[in-house]
Amino acid sequence: MSLITSSIGQGLLWAILGIALFLTFRVLDFPDMTVEGTFPLGAAVTVTAITHGASPLLATCAGFLAGACGGLVTGLLYTKGKIPILLAGILVMTACLSINLRVMGGSNVSLIGQQTFFSANFFQSLPKYFDSVLIGAATILVITGLVALFLETELGQAFIVTGDNPMMARSQGINTDNMTILGLTLSNGLVGLCGALISQSNGYADANMGIGIIVVALASIIIGEVVFGDLTLNQRLIAVTLGSIIYRFVLLLVLQLGFSTNDLNLISAIILALCMMLPNLRNSLHLNGILRKGLSHNDR
Amino acid sequence: MTVDQPAVLTLKNVATLVNRNTPNETKILKNLDLQVFPGDFITVIGSNGAGKSTLFNTISGDIVPDEGQVLLNGQDITHDSVEKRTKFLSRVFQDPKMGTAPRMTVAENLLLAVKRGQKRGLGLRHLHANKARFKMLAATMGNGLAERLDTPTENLSGGQRQTLSFLMATLNRPEILLLDEHTAALDPKTSAGLMEQTSKTVAEQQLTCLMITHHMEDALKYGNRLLVLHAGKITLDVRGEQKAQMTKEQIMQLFVD
Repeated sequence: MSLITSSIGQGLLWAILGIALFLTFRVLDFPDMTVEGTFPLGAAVTVTAITHGASPLLATCAGFLAGACGGLVTGLLYTKGKIPILLAGILVMTACLSINLRVMGGSNVSLIGQQTFFSANFFQSLPKYFDSVLIGAATILVITGLVALFLETELGQAFIVTGDNPMMARSQGINTDNMTILGLTLSNGLVGLCGALISQSNGYADANMGIGIIVVALASIIIGEVVFGDLTLNQRLIAVTLGSIIYRFVLLLVLQLGFSTNDLNLISAIILALCMMLPNLRNSLHLNGILRKGLSHNDR
Repeated sequence: MTVDQPAVLTLKNVATLVNRNTPNETKILKNLDLQVFPGDFITVIGSNGAGKSTLFNTISGDIVPDEGQVLLNGQDITHDSVEKRTKFLSRVFQDPKMGTAPRMTVAENLLLAVKRGQKRGLGLRHLHANKARFKMLAATMGNGLAERLDTPTENLSGGQRQTLSFLMATLNRPEILLLDEHTAALDPKTSAGLMEQTSKTVAEQQLTCLMITHHMEDALKYGNRLLVLHAGKITLDVRGEQKAQMTKEQIMQLFVD
């Protein structure tokens, strides 16, 4: 039971990363590699701030801002510096690796004995792992709501159209460079926030904690899309969170089968690859036809 | 030619170069002068490579001329960005895919066009409040667009998409409308329908419009002024009566030379 609770909690916390990547990879159509640098950056800044006596709230906000700065730099490199998309992200990601070590003063920092969101007295009275479920649910609810609201504004619509058809966006007077910078800043801010919460939940920050997380986030987005199919934009935002929880369940299952946590990156990559191939496989293997046949009453 | 009103758009001695400062340097527009007057509906024809698209790109701001000036109502806008110029200028492209956002619905696309060239803030978009108006507008086009307001534009036919692009370009009255072979990708019947609609809207809203076309018939039938572009220069500029008397043969003659 506690394993399931833990999976839900982790799924909710990691869903923030899913929403962040949804904004760049899906809405803006921008494959943003910065994420693997800004995630540990958010964690490093938060953990360091907490160990220096900052309140968890202040430290978490600092994590958000640190991530946002990383996204801003990528945005400027891409739009003003004319550096190709992937390279701009990789440059900032690589730079963050050094910055994180500087910030933490080593390759990892522990939060043992420190005040975090998760160490509040209130949570001690609850069953194990309920802290991450509650904090995760509250955070993702607020973030999903704010993002959905933002996308409904005039500015949000300009942001969406920048990803959908930049040429048309410009011909409507939308400054696509500014929209790209805005999206990257916002998205990486959320990535930093996710890093801040995950590090507090884990009780430490580690310089390598960003490795493979793009795959993790994309897996939750794509699982959501594959499982729930055709959705409106708002529904898709919610599907990201559900996909993130399903992904944690799949990992739980795999671990129960006897794989070790060292295998997780390999397994994540395989899950993502399978999910991405599924729509094509479905067509080429006529799975839909077979499924429909098997489910219909009247099999002629 | 005598015109009493001051020009709305002026191109003064405009030249554009490609491969600048290399041995392959070539001039596309060769020190071109053009005055566009309020209410002009100009059809622009010319062979491939004559500089028609470059002319439009210079007006829209996609290309900054290497020499000369672009003036709007006497104001120098030579170095204004594409985004800035959308305040007074709108454009319909040849490719129906270029003018609309595929994953957004027809109504959402129209809503974006309402604020063309204006600042977009954190105010809500008010999609529902505008729908009745959009429906009425789309109905004037008479090709079923009005029933598809909530359809993503990627699911529309090319004709419907292009009609939508045209509607978006004229929704918020532009001071200058650029039509870049906007019916070229459509089948003859759809193309003729959109051309009729174009002529009607331009007349109703008294728009100032430049239209590139490869249809000699359209070039002669529509508009009050005809430009022939050849090798980066305007070789013919006729208006009114003079234009009405032009024949297809006379124009073909110009292309041969």
